[in-house]
Amino acid sequence: MSARQITLEVLRYRPESESEPVFQSYSVPCQKEWVVLDALNYVKDNLDRTLSFRWSCHMAVCGSCGMVINDNPMLSCKAFLRDLPDHIRVEPLQNFPIERDLMVSLDDFMDKLKSVKPYLIPKQPTADPDGTYKQSSAQLKKFKPFAMCINCMACYSVCPQYGLNDGFAGPAALALAHRYNADSRDQGRRAREDVVASNTGIWECTFVGACSEVCPKNVDPAAAIQQTKIASTVDYFKDLLMPSGRKIAHPEGDTT
Amino acid sequence: MNNAPYIRPMPASWWLRQGRYVRYMIREATCLFVGLHALVLLVGVYRLSQGREAFEAFLEALWSPAGQLISAAILIMAVIHSVTWFNLTPKAMPLWIGEKQAPGWIIVAAHYGGWFVVSVIVLLLAGGLS
Repeated sequence: MSARQITLEVLRYRPESESEPVFQSYSVPCQKEWVVLDALNYVKDNLDRTLSFRWSCHMAVCGSCGMVINDNPMLSCKAFLRDLPDHIRVEPLQNFPIERDLMVSLDDFMDKLKSVKPYLIPKQPTADPDGTYKQSSAQLKKFKPFAMCINCMACYSVCPQYGLNDGFAGPAALALAHRYNADSRDQGRRAREDVVASNTGIWECTFVGACSEVCPKNVDPAAAIQQTKIASTVDYFKDLLMPSGRKIAHPEGDTT
Repeated sequence: MNNAPYIRPMPASWWLRQGRYVRYMIREATCLFVGLHALVLLVGVYRLSQGREAFEAFLEALWSPAGQLISAAILIMAVIHSVTWFNLTPKAMPLWIGEKQAPGWIIVAAHYGGWFVVSVIVLLLAGGLS
């Protein structure tokens, strides 16, 4: 099988020896069925073992190998070389601090995910004797697309609002909040609203829409955020017209 | 050297980096022209309050070459504004029919329908169709 020679231009950052990142080029003989991650692994195994990047599943499930490839954030395990030119520029995800080479700091993203209480908050324990919370297929369909996120952070990389203000909760965290808010088993919307319906939550989003364009799992965070804006506006007017109805649906809401 | 994570600066020209950001900025900028149109209307109302002569001078200014140019620019930008936002409406207001989500074009078409109906009503009220 003949190999195709491609040039990988990789943004390197070695904090012990460099004050800022620099590009380094590698010439890689590639097989036609390879993805960018295969080419990076070729470099690591044969050309330069100091190159650092994250990956795990190699099947677009774990979300570890998100990086910017020719200006677009994508999973390197899903970026087929047959769809790319002979010169490929690989950079770490934008808008995150670079720890080393293609690896960025996950801390802020993890904090954002936790802040939206990404778990079921039922109003009261289920009355079902087997302890389960029943759900119809119609109810499942309402939120299922928003549950497909694999935390690859591509949406944050392409979001200018997050780049300009890292206080913004960001697309994936807000889509995850919507995933639970739209779940029929959950009554925790009020418990999440301090984070979600705030100036650093949904109202920081100006509907650039790039997050939805780059999402490798078609989660559509932009849609989730706009739908949350409508729900939040309805909540606001309900509170205004019926202040006595402003009761937190769950004790967790009082703790925030 | 410093061992610290490196934070890449975001230049003021960030929106020129990709076509999607340029399109977004154009969409956002169109609102300035919609605002300008509101301002023109307000000036018209103010001139009307000053009497017939003042209002006729205002109308004359609107029909001057510069006035026509501004009106044309406002019209083009208002159309871009409306079309780009109408095209985004399915994301904000998904329509569920039973267990199925209705295709987005239905929601977009409903907005165009509403736009048409309101335009006809406004024209009728203004006597534009008589």
